[in-house]
Amino acid sequence: MELTTQLLIAAIAAGTPLLFATLGGIMNERAGIIQLGAEGLMLMGAVTACLTYLQTGSLSLALLAVFGVSAALGLIHAFLCVTLRANQIVSGLAVTLFGTGFSAYLGKSVSGQPLGTTVPRLQLPWLEPIPVIGPIFANLNLFTWVSFVLVIAMHVFIHRTSWGLHLRALGDNPATADVMGIRVQLFRYGYVIVGAALIGLAGANMLLVYSPTWIEGMTAGRGWIAVALVIFARWNPIRALFCAYFFGVLDTLGFRIQLTGSDIPPYFLKMIPYVVTILVLMFLGWRNRNKPSGTPEALGQPYIREQRF
Amino acid sequence: MKESYRFKGGFILLFILTLVLAGCAQQSSTPPEPANNTNNEAGSNAPADETPAAEPEKELPRVAFVYIGTPGDGGWTYEHDQGRLYLEEQLGIKADVVENVPESADAERVITELAQNHDIIFTTSFGYMDYTLNVANKFPEVVFLHVSGYKTSENMGTYFGKNYQASYLSGIAAGKMTKNNTIGYIGAFPIPEVIYNINAFTLGARSVNPDVTVNVVWSNTWYDPTIERQAAESLLDKGADVLLAYQDSPATLQAAAERGAMAGGNGSDMTRFAPDAYLTNPVWHWGPYYVKVVQEVIDGTWTSEPYVGDLNDGMVGLAPLGPSVPEDVKQLVEETKQKIASGELHVFTGPILDAAGEVKVAEGAMMSDEEILSSSWFVQGVEGTIPQ
Repeated sequence: MELTTQLLIAAIAAGTPLLFATLGGIMNERAGIIQLGAEGLMLMGAVTACLTYLQTGSLSLALLAVFGVSAALGLIHAFLCVTLRANQIVSGLAVTLFGTGFSAYLGKSVSGQPLGTTVPRLQLPWLEPIPVIGPIFANLNLFTWVSFVLVIAMHVFIHRTSWGLHLRALGDNPATADVMGIRVQLFRYGYVIVGAALIGLAGANMLLVYSPTWIEGMTAGRGWIAVALVIFARWNPIRALFCAYFFGVLDTLGFRIQLTGSDIPPYFLKMIPYVVTILVLMFLGWRNRNKPSGTPEALGQPYIREQRF
Repeated sequence: MKESYRFKGGFILLFILTLVLAGCAQQSSTPPEPANNTNNEAGSNAPADETPAAEPEKELPRVAFVYIGTPGDGGWTYEHDQGRLYLEEQLGIKADVVENVPESADAERVITELAQNHDIIFTTSFGYMDYTLNVANKFPEVVFLHVSGYKTSENMGTYFGKNYQASYLSGIAAGKMTKNNTIGYIGAFPIPEVIYNINAFTLGARSVNPDVTVNVVWSNTWYDPTIERQAAESLLDKGADVLLAYQDSPATLQAAAERGAMAGGNGSDMTRFAPDAYLTNPVWHWGPYYVKVVQEVIDGTWTSEPYVGDLNDGMVGLAPLGPSVPEDVKQLVEETKQKIASGELHVFTGPILDAAGEVKVAEGAMMSDEEILSSSWFVQGVEGTIPQ
């Protein structure tokens, strides 16, 4: 296989969990609720998937449990942010702290136990002959295909449907949405819960596909990367896909450069993703300096009917 | 963005730490006590001869362990934890444990806290060396034992084993099993411990298959399954069909199994993670040493020393070769193991060339222990760089 193909495969493998978490974050933030709980939600998703799979041996039950648990955490976040109008940053951090600690506690008994799962792969041998991208798509697992579909579905939903228009209104100007007859509180609850479930799925994806053993703190900060990716992608699902894969490539590029026998010290290579993060932020900031940032206007503001801002 | 991430990360670590501490306190306070009682009352006569005499006059030392990961890693920390359990069982001691202690100023804080109410502290990662020494100087009445380091003091000893002997053996197995003569090796950090293991591994592989090249990548982490897996995949993409990882998790083995390659890990028998793909790897047995050294402290005969175990005393061992390794290879490894154990074969015997082809050890000469422990160059057959 060519180097480009290998790199792309590695990027997709490493980027898919990031992509799910980023899409979940977009869902939340488009509705105007900041989601900093990603790291905790991912860990809870992973540990739930592990425990359920070891108990039942069923992949679908495991996923169902993951949705249940992360949606429940999303419900708590929504209750705090929407109903109680608590500070969304603090609430998100609380979810992360809770998730990190609680997943470690729950996972004690299964820590280090091999799962032996096989997430089905879609074999499409007729794609193989296409140069560069053929071999990539011929042998992807189900999660990756779901993530592709999700990206397109979310893009269409947000930008092409009236539901999506309502969603954007929730994030940009909830008062207007309210006047239009959209039930702000109810829908914010809904989107926060769905978003949290997607982030939980990211953790499950990481555990079931990428690293099939529960290990305490296994996400190792990738939840925070996803929080940053939501901003890089400027709340757009399609851009989220490219951003997630870009970070996937960066993660794996260091080893490939080492293998070419170059003299660049590996410490420097390990630094690359973070340096690039800074450079990308600078570049985007400069390029978009005269444009609206794309941030949902009412992001982080609790909505209180008939209150002036 | 980055700064706030670190900041939050710090909070999370703190939180985990308190959870872990709370968990340990709960765990260790309840179960061992009844077990000890039953041991002493109903158990065999052998311990009864010693313990009742010792107990009334002298209290058992309070022992603590500092872990870099969790016992669930299935590798390095797992084996230390097995050693701790063995120690508790043999001496009826209840040891405290702190998991997931980073090799940073946090370590010094954790060790200092432990030093205030413990008598013996085992710090089980190379990176704790300076922190352990600092704390040892502050608490002269506490005994510190640090794994794999080279700094000692009055009250701080070190312990480690010649695991390169086992690396040589796993090299033989790898050299026999590779089909395209391309082997991958994931090193954690470019420190002497990892370098001389890579060298021994390569010498072993080349002793049975002179055409082998060993490709090395550095992961710069002891324990991050995702990173380890990416490193493994990059080596597999390069064509390696046998992988070894000087890492604490089985991620490399899992990645290799998916691609039909063979692999081994480090520190502990990892067969259960992927039986068919499992080669073998060096393993540690810390338990007997822990019992010995704690007993010495109890008896008052302990003196600070750098203790070095090997294949003979059992601190170093080789995991059983995987089920798909053929019988003749198993035999060859077993024979070589006997030769090393009997002293007939020394792993680092010349002629040894470095990666550039220069003679480093002349024909018939042997590397001294100091030379081995300060290895900073690769032997011929290794492809990779050591950052200076």
